[in-house]
Amino acid sequence: MKLIIKGGRVIDPANKIDGIYDILVEDDKIAALTPSFSQGERGKDEGEIIDASGKIVVPGLIDIHVHLREPGYEWKETIKTGTAAAVAGGFTSVVCMANTSPVNDEPSVTEYILKKARGEGSCNVFPIGTISRGLKGEELANIGELKEAGCVAVSDDGRPVMNADLMRRALEYASDFDLTVISHAEDLTLARGGTMNEGVTATRLGLKGIPNAAEDVMIARDIALAELTGARLHIAHVSTKGAVRIIRNAKARGTKVTAETAPHYFTLTEEAVEGYNTSAKMNPPLRTKEDVDAIKEGLRDGTLDCIATDHAPHDPDSKDVEFPSAANGIVGLETSLPLTLRLVEEGVLTLSQAIERMTVNPAKAIGLNKGTLSVGADADITVIDLNEEWTVEQEKLKSKSSNTPFAGWRMKGRAVATIVGGKRV
Amino acid sequence: MGLSKKDILDIESLSAEEIRLILETADSFKEVLGRDIKKVPTLRGKTVINLFFEASTRTRTSFEIAAKRLSADTINISASASSVQKGETLSDTVRNIEAMNSDVIIIRHPASGAPHFIAKRLKASVINAGDGSHEHPSQALLDMQTIKEKKGRIEGLKVAIIGDIAHSRVARSNIQGLTKMGAKVVLYGPKTLIPKGIDEIVGAHCNTPLQVAESMEEALSDADVIMMLRIQLERQGVSLIPSVREYSRFFGLNSKNISLAKGDAIIMHPGPMNRGVEISSEVADGSRSVILDQVNNGIAVRMALLYLLAGGHKDA
Repeated sequence: MKLIIKGGRVIDPANKIDGIYDILVEDDKIAALTPSFSQGERGKDEGEIIDASGKIVVPGLIDIHVHLREPGYEWKETIKTGTAAAVAGGFTSVVCMANTSPVNDEPSVTEYILKKARGEGSCNVFPIGTISRGLKGEELANIGELKEAGCVAVSDDGRPVMNADLMRRALEYASDFDLTVISHAEDLTLARGGTMNEGVTATRLGLKGIPNAAEDVMIARDIALAELTGARLHIAHVSTKGAVRIIRNAKARGTKVTAETAPHYFTLTEEAVEGYNTSAKMNPPLRTKEDVDAIKEGLRDGTLDCIATDHAPHDPDSKDVEFPSAANGIVGLETSLPLTLRLVEEGVLTLSQAIERMTVNPAKAIGLNKGTLSVGADADITVIDLNEEWTVEQEKLKSKSSNTPFAGWRMKGRAVATIVGGKRV
Repeated sequence: MGLSKKDILDIESLSAEEIRLILETADSFKEVLGRDIKKVPTLRGKTVINLFFEASTRTRTSFEIAAKRLSADTINISASASSVQKGETLSDTVRNIEAMNSDVIIIRHPASGAPHFIAKRLKASVINAGDGSHEHPSQALLDMQTIKEKKGRIEGLKVAIIGDIAHSRVARSNIQGLTKMGAKVVLYGPKTLIPKGIDEIVGAHCNTPLQVAESMEEALSDADVIMMLRIQLERQGVSLIPSVREYSRFFGLNSKNISLAKGDAIIMHPGPMNRGVEISSEVADGSRSVILDQVNNGIAVRMALLYLLAGGHKDA
């Protein structure tokens, strides 16, 4: 089976490619990348042709922080609907967090997720196993068996590992299996009872705040543990100025640490909570403009390697309640690309840098052999129309949930074709 | 002139003119309360529901008396007696109450923003009787009424608000209201109880200063009004003050440090008081204390709110 993506501007940051090329796909691999031919120059038997002229063609986007909610919370999202949302947003691979029900701390759960994904998923699904059994933060999960079953990293995301010694052992043990440990960095004693960022808005609204320090101290701790153990650490959803500084310093020392931020942390501030808006409630919380600026700078200078969505679907009943009781999180798969492209428009990132932070960098952070358009690589490809303007309409989202603070926003840029394993989906 | 608002959710969203209107209306109801027959027919046929998700004696009783003086039918619903404990959501609870055709819902709720949440979903008027640590607008209005009565004005006065600012909805409402009315507001308390950014919560429209004092002396000196806040021991999961003894020594108002204030300064407290903790009994019961005047003014101010929301229309 052949597929040609013709005449697009191909941007493949890993191979430093940016130019007009045709991409030939054979079966599920990239077979060739050739300077674009004019129509008819190639002969017969071309298979399907996707005309990408005027569009950009990039490695399939990879989101290493997604909550697919299955098993256990199928009324919020399923593997079927979550991957449909992914594909609509231009993602060809999603890495799903372990806080399902039951939690993904046993190979049987991992196998269930993978089986469902093969049957009903529209894109690649890579599960993350837990660090601790039952997400309890008390004893290590069977990390070796989780890897064997198909887990690509471990994380207790949704909860921090408060016990520093357990985190140390997790880093050591996971490195035996070449797995990255992903840290949900939050000191629960500092964050206790908080429902939004600590500061003037929280104080005025009478909501208990979560200080930046709740995130910063945990990141500092985990970096110290990464240095102690020499293991690979990845920091999830960075939201503060201090965190960017701490990670930047660690990288300068040569610590093996990577980090991600989410589009909402470089797009919105705590002011979005005004009026007790539960669709702007998330953990970590939206911070201040100063933090947003630092996150942008961190993305620009590479301190923050990846953009990941923390796609966190919730049903209306979880959000349509008084603010302190509302669930944390927003859906992100279908808005991540255009929000990232705004950074290109603003001049924070070059187009190539933006693509890098959504493809090869996240792949590298967890050791996934994806995110490039090299010949022989998996044919995961996204075609993007940078100029398409559209409005975020909640009822049109492919996700089962529509909890987004971006409803009604005008967006520019959209995935117009998503190819997973050589097949257009 | 009427109040062109469906709800009273916070002082932050009221203008100085609206506050003045409410206080003037309260003045006229105070005159009614001085009569032999203290009842007017203004809200006859209207239903006022007191929906209290938190324990309250003073505020609930005050609203109930206010509604009864205006001839409204009043119903009290407290959380322990309601279906809340059966797991009903706030949204469902209020929809059910509205289905009973009530005109005004007075709500107290432990979650900041709960009154705003229900107001968006209801056609009935909503009055916030205290939401979490956010606001308690009727308390600030009765405080301002008391200050105006005792001092003849609000503008230009130095008002010291002392104590647990972090958890106090009374403080937030008074900060918003007093700065709008031109008072100079000074806050003080242990740093553990002074929330981040408190001195920036008032909008640019408030051109009078709001500041956090560095010491009890600074807060009290030359104050015209001293407002002591209840130390809410029951709200503090972690240790925010080492002990009541230490608190009363360093942050309490007593017959000694009160001399730093102006000779004619008045002492206020929203109640319930912890005698001997934030305020000594001598001060609470002393001649400068206006604590019971506050309670008394509460009824007139709440009558004014009910009247302006439910009875102040031309067709009434």
